[in-house]
Amino acid sequence: MAPVLAVEAAGIITIVAVALIVALLVVYLLAVIVQLRKITKGLDEVIAHVGEIVEKSAPVNGVVTTINEQLDAGVDLLEGLLVKKAGMTDAVGLVDGLYAGAGAAGFRSFPESKNIKAPRIGEVYTKGTLTLARLGREAPIAVGNPAGPALRDVQRGSLAARLLYPEGRQTRPEALPRSPVIGTEAPVLYPPSEQRGGTTPDDEEVAEKGPWTEVAAEGIVPAELGGSDAPRDQLAEDPQLGSPVLGETTGSEEPATEGGIDPSAGDEADATTDAGPELPESAEPDLKDAAAARRQADVESAE
Amino acid sequence: MTLWWIGNVVLFVVVTPVVVYLLHGVFTAARSIVPSVEKIARTAAAGSTDLDATALLLTTRDQVTETVAGVANYGGSLDVILDDAR
Repeated sequence: MAPVLAVEAAGIITIVAVALIVALLVVYLLAVIVQLRKITKGLDEVIAHVGEIVEKSAPVNGVVTTINEQLDAGVDLLEGLLVKKAGMTDAVGLVDGLYAGAGAAGFRSFPESKNIKAPRIGEVYTKGTLTLARLGREAPIAVGNPAGPALRDVQRGSLAARLLYPEGRQTRPEALPRSPVIGTEAPVLYPPSEQRGGTTPDDEEVAEKGPWTEVAAEGIVPAELGGSDAPRDQLAEDPQLGSPVLGETTGSEEPATEGGIDPSAGDEADATTDAGPELPESAEPDLKDAAAARRQADVESAE
Repeated sequence: MTLWWIGNVVLFVVVTPVVVYLLHGVFTAARSIVPSVEKIARTAAAGSTDLDATALLLTTRDQVTETVAGVANYGGSLDVILDDAR
């Protein structure tokens, strides 16, 4: 009986070992299945979000391409306009003056601009100043500082732009000097010896411009020393510049001619009634007589 | 009989630990994938949210087009006003 018991014991041990291994397999495989289900659930969520990303980003390529094309067109337009109006060299200098070093990069549409040495153009660009002056605007010369605040206020652009121009002309127009009045009724009458072009510098102007301006006043020969407005007996027999050349004021309201000026003479003008040759009515009008003929409107007006 | 007992010893001492080691490795690997998948899911969700502003690109495109058209009109006016460089 001993061998039988021994065989039974060994078989039982084997069965227990196999059962233990199977139990381990079941436990671990169940745990792995649980983890794999979690992974599957997570991947389903990822796929959903990736689908959203693909859907949302689908039109980006076309939209960005369109935007880039538009911006490229804008850059080409501005660069072309700048080069066309200022010339290649000045254009590079202007860009380099605004953004130091930018001139070396050149213009994208003009590769040859990289080889141009940028001229030094600071706040004053003579050509631009002349262009503004030609357009009837006073040129804002040297009023802006690239390092300072922006000159143009977005909300009050026109007012800010006025600051570019001389102060007195913008905010105090009533303080502008009046236009000069000439003639016998002028507020200030200067002796002829001081009326040789320009104004006579007064003390204020001398203080403002410097003592050199006094030279002009001192350079004119006064009347007591034989100037052109001195009495005739003090002048030379044949003064090189007499009154017919220099001119003089009469100092009187009386007319210079015997008859004087007849203001009503214009009312009796016969240019509208007697002007032009008498053309025969039966003759064929010639083109060369068109300018000489009286205008019908003038004839009717005279009648 | 002796061989049977030897087989039982091998079964307990060698086969069972190997099986346990392999199963534990598979389980550990499967469990480590789960946090990574969860992170990917959160990242994808955040990326999708970030792309919500993509629709504004259509507005940007229209505004850029209008701006460039304005620049073209302004440049065209300057082209008429200013003389060309000689």
